[in-house]
Amino acid sequence: MTYEQFLKNLADRDERLVVMTAENRAAIRGLPPLLGNRFIDTGITEQTMVGAAAGLALRGRIPVAHALACFLTMRAYEFIRTDVGISGLPVKLVGYVPGLLSEANGPTHQAIEDVAIMRGVPPLNVFCPADFNDLMIGIEKIVLDPRPWYIRYTDKPHAVEHSTEFEIGKAEQFGNGTDVALLTYGEMFRHAFQAREMLEAQGKSVRLINLRTLKPLDEEAVLNALRNCALTVTIEDHFRVGGLYSIIAELALENRVTANVEAIGLDNKWFKPALMADVLEYEKLRAVDLVERIMTRFNALG
Amino acid sequence: MAHDSNGASPLGDDAIKDLQETALRVREHIIRMSTDGGCFTGASLSCADLIVYLYKQSLNVSPGNLNDPTRDYLFLSKGHDVPALYGTFAELGWIERDRLKNHLKTNDDIYWHPNRNIPGIEYYSGSLGHLLPVAVGVALDCKMRGQNNKIVVITGDGELDEGSNWEALLVAQAYKLDNLLVVVDRNEFQANIRTEDLIPLEPLDKKLEAFGCVVRSVDGHDFNALHTAFSAYPFSQEQPSAIIARTVRGRGLPSIEARADRWFCNFTHEEVEQLLQELHGQGSTTLTSETLTVR
Repeated sequence: MTYEQFLKNLADRDERLVVMTAENRAAIRGLPPLLGNRFIDTGITEQTMVGAAAGLALRGRIPVAHALACFLTMRAYEFIRTDVGISGLPVKLVGYVPGLLSEANGPTHQAIEDVAIMRGVPPLNVFCPADFNDLMIGIEKIVLDPRPWYIRYTDKPHAVEHSTEFEIGKAEQFGNGTDVALLTYGEMFRHAFQAREMLEAQGKSVRLINLRTLKPLDEEAVLNALRNCALTVTIEDHFRVGGLYSIIAELALENRVTANVEAIGLDNKWFKPALMADVLEYEKLRAVDLVERIMTRFNALG
Repeated sequence: MAHDSNGASPLGDDAIKDLQETALRVREHIIRMSTDGGCFTGASLSCADLIVYLYKQSLNVSPGNLNDPTRDYLFLSKGHDVPALYGTFAELGWIERDRLKNHLKTNDDIYWHPNRNIPGIEYYSGSLGHLLPVAVGVALDCKMRGQNNKIVVITGDGELDEGSNWEALLVAQAYKLDNLLVVVDRNEFQANIRTEDLIPLEPLDKKLEAFGCVVRSVDGHDFNALHTAFSAYPFSQEQPSAIIARTVRGRGLPSIEARADRWFCNFTHEEVEQLLQELHGQGSTTLTSETLTVR
């Protein structure tokens, strides 16, 4: 099923659904004739789109609102925080090309602080599927959930066959090794998956956790990893501040857990704009780079 | 920009008298809330007549029909004038008058900006430039459902500096939201500076027209004029309506009327008593309380 088909089918079944965009139609180009007046394009107006989404939700609708992740979460941040956040109405915010997916656009288009700011809005939840299949496995539960959500959209082909069991706040775990736990989400999942295979080839026992929803978090899976694995690695295409590493640190502190954690992400800088393969190489985020960094840390544990 | 009335029957003398008396009591409430922490007195007084008129004469909305999808909406985008709303709700019996004594207290939700814990308040506001976008969403939904709700948004004039208002008007025009009415409380002040001395808005009617509105300009303190203007809304098919309500900040209290330094007021109890007298045309008040407070 395509993303458009999903929205169309759900709209047919549920009259509450309306689809919005701030003239970013990439994933929903075919919908206008199918949805009629339940497709609302506000033009290049992220603020008005989010405010109007709140108004529609106030009337009982479930607006699924699309824009580039950076403009959606930052240009319209106060509208998200104030018009969606304070009311807690079920607005679904879908951000395109988050993280590394903006590739060569440059820092203006890089949403690599989006998780930090979206999870900081009290009622807002955060869904970061690993790839298109992972998105489609979870999307219906997210859209029909009565809370507001931020969704890191991806149309990238699947890296692996994902578990079709999807529960909000439940991670997808591969393996149960105790040497290294790889915690990740979104586009970095595929590289983490490859890294896991390479680490296992080197004799390490590894678990890989695709968190799926960063908020709510699968605390049990994360605490298990922190408690039982020699090294926990967070891998994300996000600033280190406020993303998965911060989330893990907060959880560990709350639970009085100390652990060896290697944080792999974007450290206080925007990434080099280029096509994906070159970005990964330049920023040392390929599987081979991840493995090198993880082994260096692992061998230094003593 | 002369517009003819659509021929709505004028308000009778009794109706006018009732509106005037209600507005006077609302102003008393506003003055009483302007102490022990204070409130945005000037802006509340400028839109008190508008709010009283809309709830008493124009809009089909009350705590009893908030879940009725065909009811009307009044979004107060210039949220700092919420004391006018609290006072009006008290006079309409939507909240008990005594509750206004809870202003700024933690045992209630009657604070400096609107919130939905008070039944009848449509949405959170206070951050300027938000409720026109929100109202666009409501207006879109009413259109989608083929309903004829009135959706009224009161904005400040200084508030129109915020770009999101103009964004929302572009969208309202594009979607032909003739169910939307923007009312500008044109009291000619930003917080502490006259609009025309800082970021001039004039010609405001031309600006609103250029953004697709059909515009009327009225005396925002004249109930007959308000009635004529509001009865004619929607002013046009397929275009949003706008009313520029010419008002006076601090209206009713000559001591603070149109004064740049009387935006947020935190009067002494003695000043409140004198101002209540002044409101009723008895004497004037010498104000010594702090001015130019930033909240």
